Amino acid sequence: MPVNYMNPLFEVVRDHDKCIKCRVCERQCANEVHKYDAELDRMVSDEMTCVDCQRCVCLCPVNALKIRPNENRFRDNANWNQQIMTEIYKQADSGGVLLSAMGTPKEYPVYWDKILLNASQVTNPPIDPLREPMETKTFLGKKSQAISYDENGKAHYEKTPYLELDVPIMFSAMSFGSISKNAHESLARAATELGTYYNTGEGGLHEDFYKYGKNTICQVASGRFGVFKGYLDAGAAIEIKMGQGAKPGIGGHLPGMKINDEISKTRMIPKGTDAISPAPHHDIYSIEDLRQLVFSLKEATNWEKPVIVKIAAVHNVAAIASGVARSGADIIAIDGFRGGTGAAPTRIRDNVGIPIELALASVDSRLRDEGIRNDVSIVVGGSIRSAADVVKAVALGADACYIATAALLSMGCHLCRSCNTGKCNWGIATQRADLVKRLNPEVASKRLVNLVTAWNHEIKEMMGGMGINSIEALRGNRLMLRGVGLNPKELEILGIQHAGE
Amino acid sequence: MRIDARNHGYTELNRVIRASSDEKFQLVNVLGQRYIGAGLSGKEIMIEGTPGNALGAYLNGSKIIVHGNAQDAIGDTMNDGAIIVHGNCGDTTGYAMRSGEIYVQGNAGYRVGIHMKSYQDLYPIIVIGGKVGDFLGEYQAGGIIIVLGIGVEGCPVGSFCGTGMHGGEMFIRSETAPVGLPVQVCCEKATDEEKQSIRHYVERFVKHFGNDVDDLLSGTFFKLTPNSASPYKQLYVNN
Repeated sequence: MPVNYMNPLFEVVRDHDKCIKCRVCERQCANEVHKYDAELDRMVSDEMTCVDCQRCVCLCPVNALKIRPNENRFRDNANWNQQIMTEIYKQADSGGVLLSAMGTPKEYPVYWDKILLNASQVTNPPIDPLREPMETKTFLGKKSQAISYDENGKAHYEKTPYLELDVPIMFSAMSFGSISKNAHESLARAATELGTYYNTGEGGLHEDFYKYGKNTICQVASGRFGVFKGYLDAGAAIEIKMGQGAKPGIGGHLPGMKINDEISKTRMIPKGTDAISPAPHHDIYSIEDLRQLVFSLKEATNWEKPVIVKIAAVHNVAAIASGVARSGADIIAIDGFRGGTGAAPTRIRDNVGIPIELALASVDSRLRDEGIRNDVSIVVGGSIRSAADVVKAVALGADACYIATAALLSMGCHLCRSCNTGKCNWGIATQRADLVKRLNPEVASKRLVNLVTAWNHEIKEMMGGMGINSIEALRGNRLMLRGVGLNPKELEILGIQHAGE
Repeated sequence: MRIDARNHGYTELNRVIRASSDEKFQLVNVLGQRYIGAGLSGKEIMIEGTPGNALGAYLNGSKIIVHGNAQDAIGDTMNDGAIIVHGNCGDTTGYAMRSGEIYVQGNAGYRVGIHMKSYQDLYPIIVIGGKVGDFLGEYQAGGIIIVLGIGVEGCPVGSFCGTGMHGGEMFIRSETAPVGLPVQVCCEKATDEEKQSIRHYVERFVKHFGNDVDDLLSGTFFKLTPNSASPYKQLYVNN
């Protein structure tokens, strides 16, 4: 018998005194961890396939289950740690490239947690958001540079298409294919109710969701899946995907086996064929080429929609963003390297790109220095985890934030990071009909609305504390930020002072 | 409607064409205006001169006839309609086109038919009369690309033909097969039956630009298809 080098990652701890053998766990687990053994008359587990998604724990009616890390350890070694050794065994077994999902779990610095916010004391008093008007409405797009007045005193200025958000938060791109139809519907309904936008990702727009068009951002990527005139016209804005934070320089590949009837229809490709979105757009080799795509999309939609260009946060992000700002794009979306993904090579996800905080600060500074900051709005994503992260991002210079992982969490995701297996027990990152139906769009959209509404209250509270009653007055207001435990270079890039200064 | 395009920008031209109830347009003195006919449905545009890049991008069921040369990215993400060029055209002709037909009398540049795909009854066709540059049919996922090589000595396609191809067909009229094909592409001499399968499109080409259908089809054609035994596949292991 061949030696099995792989240990279960988790232990399923079942309290047999509590277990009533109702077999809910067995029915709920697409990974087939739980099984009823008639001979023993008890539930047994195959821990090998457990991904710690917590579905069984949450649904066990008697709280008889716990999933915990396997206590079995390889011999301690700070350099050759458990994770690295396991990966080597996996690759030695298979010869395969390691594939992971969601954002990197590695311990890279989270600069949001090293930035503190200001509050007013004595002078410039705080504002009570429950009693005073607080404005979080956000407009995304090119800002007019000059206003002129005619003889009647009427103002004239250049009007370009823009997005209007009631909250400075949008749902980031996740394609139908990477997530389920019910997950898409939940995002669409929530965006509509919240007065914000969700994003189709590069997988086209399902025919049932055209009705949410005015709260939809339609993405165009290198594979052009599902892109046609009706799709471009359907949304409120068009986003050109140049890169993704979790996998800069890497394209997308939805394997043929995941292209079922509905995905085939939405992506407009035959059932069962691979959907390959290469990393590069093969018609874009320069800012001028990007400009051509931006303008062709504007021309095709009669100059009625703002165009977003989404880039991954990489080393030269400031120079790249400066180019994008000159390409005619109305909005730049920057995706930090801690951002999520349905599937990415582990080594790319864990090693490529830069943190969004540093990317944002340097892009905002660069565009200001070049006098083109008002030509574009900046939207940032890539691990925005709370209202505090949003407030810090806005103060660093962002116009709005993209959230995706947080949105998935609110729908029930437990970050088991197994989206690539297509067996999401929460009905989110799967196309299996029996799993998809577990996600009720009615409930999930309500949870999304709750989350963003709560964040918006918190944003207002933090702004009020600073004596600021409009998100416009917070934007780029780095005086409201102080660093803790950051070195001078980090402070310089972030453009903030250290706490105590 | 006849429009003198001299000194008029593309936005203006497109606006006039969209707003007009006319179905047929004649654009004269076109000189580099980009995006002509972007996303347009139900019209016919006859162009005299040289239209700029992205002619007929996202074209959704219009006919564009160019008397002159066209530049890069004609028919980008085209969904339906026809583009007929009485001359040469540039790079990325028919990028990600999903349906409709592109006929080019002369030569075309690099990356012709890149990402071309098909879906249900949507089936795109590109026919090039002369020769094409490198990366013909790159990432091709559906549809048919035909290169006739009229008046061309040697194989009329450049290097790296069919890189990333995973669907559709290419027909290349040539005595010799393209060189340096990736292992993911099958290349065989087309049988008479296979040649007859593209007769319809060759007939249309001849209707637009002249020549003799039987004469063209009597030549040797190489048929390129994806090699399903050796697909582009990264071996992954879940981590």
